[in-house]
Amino acid sequence: MSPSASATVEYLDRGPLNRAEIPARVACDIPPGSYVNLGIGQPTAVADHLDADAGITLHTENGMLGMGRAAVGDEIDPDLINAGKIPVVETPGASYFHHADSFAMMRGGHLDVCVLGAFQVSTRGDLANWHTGAPEAIPAVGGAMDLAIGARDVYVIMTLFDKAGAPKLVPACTYPLTGLACVTRVYTDHAVFALTAGQVHVVETYGSTVADLAARLDVPLVT
Amino acid sequence: MSTAQVVADADAAVAGVTDGATVLIGGFGTAGQPMELIDALRRTGVTGLTVVNNNAGNGDVGLAALLKAGQVRRIICSFPRQTDSWVFDELYRTGRVELELVPQGNLAERLRAAGAGIGAFYCPTGAGTPLAEGKETRTIDGREHVLEYPIRGDLALVKAHRADVAGNLVYRKTARNFGPVMATAATTTVVQVDDVVPAGDIDPENVVTPGIYVDRIVRIANSAEAVA
Repeated sequence: MSPSASATVEYLDRGPLNRAEIPARVACDIPPGSYVNLGIGQPTAVADHLDADAGITLHTENGMLGMGRAAVGDEIDPDLINAGKIPVVETPGASYFHHADSFAMMRGGHLDVCVLGAFQVSTRGDLANWHTGAPEAIPAVGGAMDLAIGARDVYVIMTLFDKAGAPKLVPACTYPLTGLACVTRVYTDHAVFALTAGQVHVVETYGSTVADLAARLDVPLVT
Repeated sequence: MSTAQVVADADAAVAGVTDGATVLIGGFGTAGQPMELIDALRRTGVTGLTVVNNNAGNGDVGLAALLKAGQVRRIICSFPRQTDSWVFDELYRTGRVELELVPQGNLAERLRAAGAGIGAFYCPTGAGTPLAEGKETRTIDGREHVLEYPIRGDLALVKAHRADVAGNLVYRKTARNFGPVMATAATTTVVQVDDVVPAGDIDPENVVTPGIYVDRIVRIANSAEAVA
């Protein structure tokens, strides 16, 4: 999808968005009929906000298309889990396949959208989300690098600032990279951004003006 | 190899494994993890193993128990850090196990390449990241690709749902995961199943892993409940 060329909307009467509201906002931008992979953690919550009639098919890296909601009670089956190892259910039309096929779907460009978390995103869409680089940290990459290069659109969910107040949308990532120039949209508590050709377009803001955000970020914003 | 043999128990299934072997172990978390075969591997007392698995053990059972016993020198995986990976975490932080971290798609495709006779392949995954450092790259269609080599095993331990006596396998739901590619990529492939049926009882149209890839089969009753 190309980013919206329409004018920036500043919602000053609400926001910043909370942890539940950001996935709900992402869900609005998932095209009907698309094949989508949701990363573990907060991106998984996007599924709760998808229109059941939109014909969206969820892919899970551990070998399934047509993944349904979290399983409850007697539905729980240890052989049927999602990428976060949470038990889930099948939907009608679901299919199972092995890992090489599952990642061929990603790497072969067959997924329309993936939604991932991030430590940092750069203005040109570089993604850092697998490793803090700290010496004592145990790195874990999973399927993030394959999704980053494979999905046609990579949406990121993150807070715009870290706990120390430093921006996570940056001129260049300082954390180890996951993929180069792959992120197309960034959904944060303060704003939604579309990244194209090295430019950061502000789609919407929540509780701040574009000028407020421009003063706190080290990247040029386009409205 | 000759046709698949149905063996009496898990110990017979892993017999002959040697110190320093590379062992491919199926499973994504505990789904599809062949717990009883891993326990049998641990009981052989072999050491210096290289283990290939998506993760690095959960809780204190299966792969985690093998790690805890000090029999694994090196682990090749995509996602070691989990809420219940305390056994690996302690070994890694104290330098008692080596880690080769591999993007999950490369892990699967490197195994597939080993089983399919592919000498190496180029893929954009990881290009420009620390996990591509030191690797050959080539620009194909304007995009940087990284050269990746196969991962071949001496032994593969796989969990499937059902086998027939010809070694044909079907899996169950997302417990399939790495099983089919690992089965192709090892010198000796050992499979634990819930059920062994006569040849002809699995519809040929539904076979996921053809018997040519399978060397030994062991029935482990109710293994699904054992990992729950």
